[in-house]
Amino acid sequence: MKLNRNPQLNKNGELIHLLSTEGLSKDILTHILDTAANFVSVSDREVKKVPLLRGKSVFNLFFENSTRTRTTFEIAATRLSADVINLDIARSSASKGESLLDTIANLSAMAADIFVVRHSESGAPYLIAQHVAPHVHVVNAGDGRHAHPTQGLLDAYTIRHFKGNFANLTVAIVGDVLHSRVARSNIHALTTLGCAEVRVVGPRTLVPSDMAAMGVRVCHDLKEGISGADVVMTLRLQNERMSGALLPSSQEFAKSFGLTRERLQWAKPDAIVMHPGPVNRGVEIDSSVVDGPQSVVLNQVTFGIAVRMAVMSIVAGHSA
Amino acid sequence: MSTSPAGMSIHLEAEVLYQSLLRHVRGWLVQTGQPVELVGIASGGVWLAQRLRVDLGLAAEPGVISSVMHRDDFASRGLASSVQTRLGFDVNGAHVLLLDDVLYTGRTIRAVLNELFDHGRPAQVSLMVLVDRGGRQLPIEAAWSAARITLPAHQTLQLARDEQGHFSFAVDTAEPA
Repeated sequence: MKLNRNPQLNKNGELIHLLSTEGLSKDILTHILDTAANFVSVSDREVKKVPLLRGKSVFNLFFENSTRTRTTFEIAATRLSADVINLDIARSSASKGESLLDTIANLSAMAADIFVVRHSESGAPYLIAQHVAPHVHVVNAGDGRHAHPTQGLLDAYTIRHFKGNFANLTVAIVGDVLHSRVARSNIHALTTLGCAEVRVVGPRTLVPSDMAAMGVRVCHDLKEGISGADVVMTLRLQNERMSGALLPSSQEFAKSFGLTRERLQWAKPDAIVMHPGPVNRGVEIDSSVVDGPQSVVLNQVTFGIAVRMAVMSIVAGHSA
Repeated sequence: MSTSPAGMSIHLEAEVLYQSLLRHVRGWLVQTGQPVELVGIASGGVWLAQRLRVDLGLAAEPGVISSVMHRDDFASRGLASSVQTRLGFDVNGAHVLLLDDVLYTGRTIRAVLNELFDHGRPAQVSLMVLVDRGGRQLPIEAAWSAARITLPAHQTLQLARDEQGHFSFAVDTAEPA
């Protein structure tokens, strides 16, 4: 019987699509981070472009809106010399009833080489990856609650940049873990990369106890959760994904789990503070912390470009 | 050093060739009479540049340059891991001496020149290598090489450096496909 291999890898074990950080080896994750390090300095050159994707077309397919992620993918592809086509699918074919695979078939006929896909349905990028031609690559830019692998990788890159390595680190992920594809992608990446301890911190309704099965420590108290942490990663409270009475109010959440300057002192003195954006100031994190000396939120955005360049150039160099 | 037909072992004294390179670069720097930036091509060329800096008593860290971003075999071989390009000087108007262990097809040099020009417009670029193994596929030549040999295409030649910093050459013969 043929074993079901990871759809992100070809038969030589090389990365051809990036769909999730789950199931990727430490070697592959490290190769992406090392490659990204090469791309960070491209923006310091006189010519802020490298020709790796010259003559290739990158289609940004955003079935769900996201200005920041789409823009950083666009900048990344442009710096690799690719042609970038942005499709605001939310307002076009899909709303006219065209199926996802019909959309992809039509776009493939326009000679796409890489699809960057964001979709509100978990698994949509997998479906697309299964139906594209062998030379076409899919990069998941966030699918439902499932995964946001480039965010997980850029967070890992940021942590490695500031902390050197993962071996002795305690990373606390605070907030709405239940709805967060960012949290899931981070957990898979950080545990594979060898973080000593990954904690998920939040109220029981947003941090289910069964998450311990992912190899993390579950904490329902902020002080316990961030005490001694090297990295405090706050997540956006996702009001648009909330259904039912998971929280009394965002103010209630802020009272117990909002990261303030005083509470940040529970973490290590040299702890870095991260946030995937966009930030709800005064809810999951105070302005004084976002703008404070321990915040690396804007570094995350800058490194995000280099990590996306790395991912696109690595997948484009392999064939199915 | 010797030229050999396919299948025979090649004996190249990397240390002897390095001393020859050192003498030549020392004389050349005097003759040139202006500041020259040493730039090693990753990875063998970087070792050469670092050792030349020490032996010549130069103050500036030599530059490091990688061909990875401009390789022409990216579509078939993917992106190789490599050290980063770090030049540490203003390329505009600079006199650059590129150093590499082995000159073969010329494709690495073509990629490195593109990489260099992404950082500015140098006044002059020269190339010196330990070994020119022939087999050029592009109109690129070194200004000077410590040795010239002929190697069949299925053999690879690479500089190695031991813990004491001594150089040697490794010759590998690829299995027939």
